[in-house]
Amino acid sequence: MTLTLFFFLILLSLIAYFLGRKRALDLAEGDIRTLHSLPQHYGFYVAICSALPALLVLGLWTIFETSVITRLLISELPEALRRLEAGRLNLVINDVKNIAAGIIVSEDADLLSAAKRYHSLQSMSHATLAFVSLTLALVFGSLALYFMQKKQRAREHVETIIKGLLFICSCIAILSTVGIVLSVVFESIRFFKLVPVSDFLFGLKWSPQTAIRSDQVGGSGAFGAVPLFVGTLLISLIAMFVAVPVGLMSAIYLSEYASRSFRAIAKPLLEILAGIPTVVYGFFAAIVVAPFIRDTGELFGAEVASESALAAGLVMGIMIIPFVSSISDDIINAVPQSLRDGSYGLGATKSETIQRVVLPAALPGIVSGILLAVSRAVGETMIVVMAAGLSANLTFNPFETVTTVTVQIVTLLTGDQEFDSAKTLAAFALGLLLFAVTLVLNVIALYIVRTYREQYE
Amino acid sequence: MESSMDKRLKKRYAADRRFRIYGLSAVAISLLFLSLLFISIIGKGYTAFQQTSVLLDVYIDPEMLDPEGTGDRALLSSADFGALIKQAMRKAFPEVTARRDKRALYRLLSSGAEFELRNQVLAHPEQIGTERSIWVPADGSVDMLMKGAISRDTAESDRPLKDKQLVWIDALSSQNRLKKKFNTTFFTAGDSRDPELAGIWGALVGSILTLFVTLLLSFPIGVAAALYLEQFAPRNRWTDLIEVNINNLAAVPSIVFGLLGLAVFINFFGFPRSAPLVGGLVLSLMTLPTIIIAGRAALKSVSPSIYEAALGVGASPMQAVMHHVLPMAMPGIMTGTIIGMARALGETAPLLMIGMVAFIVDIPGSILDSSTVLPVQIFLWADSPERGFMERTSAAIMVLLLFLIIMNASAVILRKHFERHR
Repeated sequence: MTLTLFFFLILLSLIAYFLGRKRALDLAEGDIRTLHSLPQHYGFYVAICSALPALLVLGLWTIFETSVITRLLISELPEALRRLEAGRLNLVINDVKNIAAGIIVSEDADLLSAAKRYHSLQSMSHATLAFVSLTLALVFGSLALYFMQKKQRAREHVETIIKGLLFICSCIAILSTVGIVLSVVFESIRFFKLVPVSDFLFGLKWSPQTAIRSDQVGGSGAFGAVPLFVGTLLISLIAMFVAVPVGLMSAIYLSEYASRSFRAIAKPLLEILAGIPTVVYGFFAAIVVAPFIRDTGELFGAEVASESALAAGLVMGIMIIPFVSSISDDIINAVPQSLRDGSYGLGATKSETIQRVVLPAALPGIVSGILLAVSRAVGETMIVVMAAGLSANLTFNPFETVTTVTVQIVTLLTGDQEFDSAKTLAAFALGLLLFAVTLVLNVIALYIVRTYREQYE
Repeated sequence: MESSMDKRLKKRYAADRRFRIYGLSAVAISLLFLSLLFISIIGKGYTAFQQTSVLLDVYIDPEMLDPEGTGDRALLSSADFGALIKQAMRKAFPEVTARRDKRALYRLLSSGAEFELRNQVLAHPEQIGTERSIWVPADGSVDMLMKGAISRDTAESDRPLKDKQLVWIDALSSQNRLKKKFNTTFFTAGDSRDPELAGIWGALVGSILTLFVTLLLSFPIGVAAALYLEQFAPRNRWTDLIEVNINNLAAVPSIVFGLLGLAVFINFFGFPRSAPLVGGLVLSLMTLPTIIIAGRAALKSVSPSIYEAALGVGASPMQAVMHHVLPMAMPGIMTGTIIGMARALGETAPLLMIGMVAFIVDIPGSILDSSTVLPVQIFLWADSPERGFMERTSAAIMVLLLFLIIMNASAVILRKHFERHR
């Protein structure tokens, strides 16, 4: 329905374009030099006038239609149904919609009448939308056509409108940041009304799964997130222990020692590691690395959990290697050659030059690259979901099972959930924390990069 | 006589060589991991492209399908084909009489066998009343045995296949009635609880629909934003804010975008859960920064002389950009877009948040249908305890990686091609 209307509006604006162009040519009476702009600009102008307001209405309508109709429907439901708590009410509304769509059948008179009402509301909304948007398109299109003049600054109008559209598109980035912040902050505030902030940040026990029945005494579970922080930290640390030395040394070798042909082959191969989806790494960690570590541990008589932090961290480290190496590579290449030449002139060997001149000069950039890598490790989800465990152990032993912030977000929000319970809201609080931590890491990293860049330019 | 200086020099050169070897071994370690990953995935997955089938002589009994001979398709498609299959199995092994044994015998075949038969009969109704030999899929455990994933040496109680069943399997295979054939089901079916009936087609279609939405949204918006920021934006606080925002968004963990999708698109706007529409919306927000950054780099690399020459012959700034700068930057923008799309194709975590993890058998038909995507399918199968799903997970990963390689390779080729023509 919406799609048909959309194509119809596009078709209308296409017609408007040709009408506008023709009218401009008619106005020019064969001599288009008398026009202010080219004929197609007049065409574009009429087309935009006809399409823009109508499409705007169409877009806004489509976005808000469902929620408005649902709210109207709820307000007209019988008293008994309306009094239900939010979760149950949602189910009822879903049933009503399914009945209206003919997916399920029901005998309940209340539901049937609601479904009927829903159907009529929906068709009314569709009819109104079609009428309003088509009228807008026709009215504005014909107005633009009727008032067209030779001296009209059609090109400038069109360009201003296009520029405005470009500007709006560039603001989407801000909009999505605002969306992220709002969506996690609102739910987090609701969570912190149920669980105090200090309990969440400093509590040592995490067991959200105990909330089985809402009427249970103490059924709200424990939401102390420290074990999650420790688990995240432990896995990220292991990942960094793998990624930083290997990534940095690869970057040094590739940029300082390797021949051109070796570099041309090895560098893209390294980048392949960065392009592999994380779910593949997760599978690799769970199926290959974790059993290998467990068996090796048994060989030495050590007790290793089958979902050890070591396996997840190791594989995450592999994933991050190309990230560290490509950033370090860029930064090492940005160190001016004159510094190296000066060092060689004093008789230093290549490794001495790298260790005492190039690396210190590149250090701020490398540090910021490592910070970005840490932020990626902290936010990485699939590897830990598949290879790390669910039990929130407060331990720094890499052979034990730990859980992370991202794992808990996924477990809390997938599967059966009732919205508004502390359990689901906790996921948003964790998300807020994750967003804040990665944001701080990124800001620091970008700040360091920016100040460092100015040094050599 | 070695002087102390010579000694020191030797030491320094040795240190230099060591350092170089450390570097080389770091590269080697990375490449070792890469090859280990590929070898283990391919080693575990290649068997999934074959599937064990059983050749069964089925008498397509008109009495059981269509006693009145009406030829009514609705009647035919609801007929009990399972009974025909069971009859054929009993005929192949007349010595099996005990009730429990019969049931064990039927279990050698997949529950998909009757659908196979039904499809054949529906396609060729004239075969009713004749005896036909058809290949039907074997059960997942039989398939695993044929591929050597289940060993005959384990104790009977630990084995999904009992000793009696092994005897029947051997009988079938000595009659050449048991064969590994190319696994078309894997490429044409949706998800299933039975590994031998599960395929990636549903997830692949879901991925294509999701990526379609992503591309439709993120490409025009991304190019528009890049154009504005690079060519028209005044240098002020607002554009600085936009830039900082874009750089930050590129580094926000993907799961946070999933939370955004859940809270905004699903709970606030009431879009359907599990739909490619919402998945595409979330992924396009994630891909936007990539496209904008790549687009700006591409626009920046176009020589300013082009723009100025256009202005010089009387073009307006908008015309100069739209007619000259943008077309020249297009290859770079496309490369960035393809890379962004490849990343979106492999993305899993945010899609878990918006409910694309449901178990969905049907092939999605539109962007509003419930569906799943290839990486999420991999995640779901990786969780399944059945032995048969492990090889299918690896095979699905191989398909996913193949798509990623194709996309990235085309990006590289595109870049090379246009670099040469500059």
